[in-house]
Amino acid sequence: MAGAGGGGNDVQWCFSQVKGAIDDDVAEADIISTVEFNHSGELLATGDKGGRVVIFQQDTENKSQPQCRSEYNVYSTFQSHEPEFDYLKSLEIEEKINKIRWLPQKNAAQFLLSTNDKTIKLWKISERDKRPEGYNLKEEDGRCRDSTTITTLRVPVFRPMDLMVEASPRRVFANAHTYHINSISVNSDNETYLSADDLRINLWHLEITDRSFNIVDIKPANMEELTEVITAAEFHPHQCNTFVYSSSKGTIRMCDMRASALCDKHSKLFEEPEDPSNRSFFSEIISSISDVKFSHSGRYMMTRDYLSVKIWDLNMENRPVETYQVHEYLRSKLCSLYENDCIFDKFECCWNGNDSVVMTGSYNNFFRMLDRTQRRDVTLEASRESSKPRQVLKPRRVCAGGKRKKDEISVDSLDFNKKILHTAWHPQENIIAVATTNNLYIFQEKVN
Amino acid sequence: MSACTLVSVSTVLGCHSCSRIDMFSKGTKRKFSDDGDEMLDESLAGAQVSSSYSLQRQSLLDMSLIKLQLCHMLVEPNLCRSVLIANTVRQIQEEMTHDGSWQVVTEAFCGGSQSPSERLVATEVLCRSREQDAEPKLFSVLSYEGCREEEVVADETLCSVSVSDTASNVCLSESARHCWERDELVDADRDDETCESSRLGPGDDEDDDDEDDDDEDEEVDIDEESPRDNPKTMGQVFGTFEIKNGTPGPDSALEELFSDVDASYYDLDTMLTGIQSAPKMGPYDLLDSLAPSHGPPSIGSPSSCRSDLNELDHIMEIIVGS
Repeated sequence: MAGAGGGGNDVQWCFSQVKGAIDDDVAEADIISTVEFNHSGELLATGDKGGRVVIFQQDTENKSQPQCRSEYNVYSTFQSHEPEFDYLKSLEIEEKINKIRWLPQKNAAQFLLSTNDKTIKLWKISERDKRPEGYNLKEEDGRCRDSTTITTLRVPVFRPMDLMVEASPRRVFANAHTYHINSISVNSDNETYLSADDLRINLWHLEITDRSFNIVDIKPANMEELTEVITAAEFHPHQCNTFVYSSSKGTIRMCDMRASALCDKHSKLFEEPEDPSNRSFFSEIISSISDVKFSHSGRYMMTRDYLSVKIWDLNMENRPVETYQVHEYLRSKLCSLYENDCIFDKFECCWNGNDSVVMTGSYNNFFRMLDRTQRRDVTLEASRESSKPRQVLKPRRVCAGGKRKKDEISVDSLDFNKKILHTAWHPQENIIAVATTNNLYIFQEKVN
Repeated sequence: MSACTLVSVSTVLGCHSCSRIDMFSKGTKRKFSDDGDEMLDESLAGAQVSSSYSLQRQSLLDMSLIKLQLCHMLVEPNLCRSVLIANTVRQIQEEMTHDGSWQVVTEAFCGGSQSPSERLVATEVLCRSREQDAEPKLFSVLSYEGCREEEVVADETLCSVSVSDTASNVCLSESARHCWERDELVDADRDDETCESSRLGPGDDEDDDDEDDDDEDEEVDIDEESPRDNPKTMGQVFGTFEIKNGTPGPDSALEELFSDVDASYYDLDTMLTGIQSAPKMGPYDLLDSLAPSHGPPSIGSPSSCRSDLNELDHIMEIIVGS
């Protein structure tokens, strides 16, 4: 199936690159916490638990030749957030980067928003490949020249230099969130963005840091009555007045900012009635939505709960149009997963460029590609063993019970420490970035 | 990270059997009825299955309460996770109330309509009678905080589905009982000693003497001052997420200032009035009535417990306001 961004049954995925330390001893600061391609796909940003942002750039020199694979190389690394201490509550504020969102490119520089639990920062990443030389009043090393020794004047000129990529914080949006920020989303108007924490959503203007508007507030008057929190939020890709937010009870609310200043009242509520035959004490926990993403077209949205991925048509509120099981074999293990806290893992999901395939992560370093048009799904693995250059990834199978066939792995052998929570898909090409605990894998479509 | 291996667990809890309610009600009524002990084989089997279900439900409840109590980290805990666990606790409590298992235990001793306070006596007697078997309740849980806390309940209860006498009937915790006794003007000292000795009794049987003795001593001291600290009410659990804003009025600011301070006396009032007015306990009161854990909890490595004890000291300092 031709077409950029398509993921039809003809697509075979090959290993391209892996970034990060090889050894199994994972430093906590290196744990990847977010992955995001920019709007052109040329840049790939990762954030980690240590508060650092690493940006990779696609090597475009050989792109004209279809056989050549484009590689991503480190473009810029900077410390985005530092650990802080809240003295009033005697609690640390983690520097872990929860989300990165790129702004659409307007000029030569790139801009991204990065956030930890409490503070959002706007970073400007700019290149410098020339520098001025020939100043009249200062030497090349910066020392001032004695003006009495100057006998001639010259015009400084720009000379090429080694490429330098600088990241500088342009805005710091702080002190607006009492609870932990879980989402940021840039509006299609390119002027505003939202930030969502567990109980509130704020609207910011990119230029203004000392003020934000609260647009959703679900905090009850008495915290003892708290039963539901916000888990994710996103602006519609084309309608600048529309955004959605998901909850821990498995609902998604769509709000229209034109309706009122405070969007506590939703304009649409997406909720699927519970299946009574599957009811258990864990039903609510596994229905909690960990991620919500609009399709590129803006017609659909995808939600990820613990066991499944659901595609919703924005015009139909009472049930999703498609449901895909990610790892249904875990349903009988929910008690154990509750015990070891894995049931609270927040998996993300993403669309491919033309909205035909969706991807999400699982345990044992498995990730799932769900083809909506072909109605096929495949489980792949990100592992060092399958990391030879251009090695085609073999589909993996999990045996839920009974006789285990050859090449299958049984549920009890799965490693629940190896979880793929963060994945990203290039907006135009079949290139995917998959984050294991501390490594970033880049896979590409096999070209024949 | 410790290895996360799946424990092979009976699927009773996770299952969707609609008949579990029927099984439970059938078995329970037979078991606790005044009609006598004649139990037919079928109902005996039914009672065993339903007991295993209630055992597992109880262990899930215990596990959830432990998870909620472990909020005293250096970093602010995850609010979403806390809310989901609290909702699970509420669900279990609602089901137990609905199934009558909340009242069942008291009826076994009182056998009839009694006032709520008398019902408390029954449960208190029930607890006391089980002292020899039961592990130290609240505070032993706290002492293992930071150690592999899941081991406290998981291995014994989730894996073993045997029906035993130390069935996990709900009863008030020692701290709640403690407060109740004080209010009833029972000789506080004598009761303190009774409680303490009963608590220390099983504690002395522990393998790791040093840490546990220190722990027990510490807990005993703390208990005399503020018995209700550690099983914080839900308001206190969620209350730690509040920060002091500049704008709110003086009352709320004061409230927030004291949110970490021991509010045990206020809790005492609300608990008692709550009991007088309605026998049904609120979902968050369950935090105060952690049922006894079953087997001897396994202790993690001494070194990790020691560092966690330092953390514990630090936390207790903050709470007690020393």
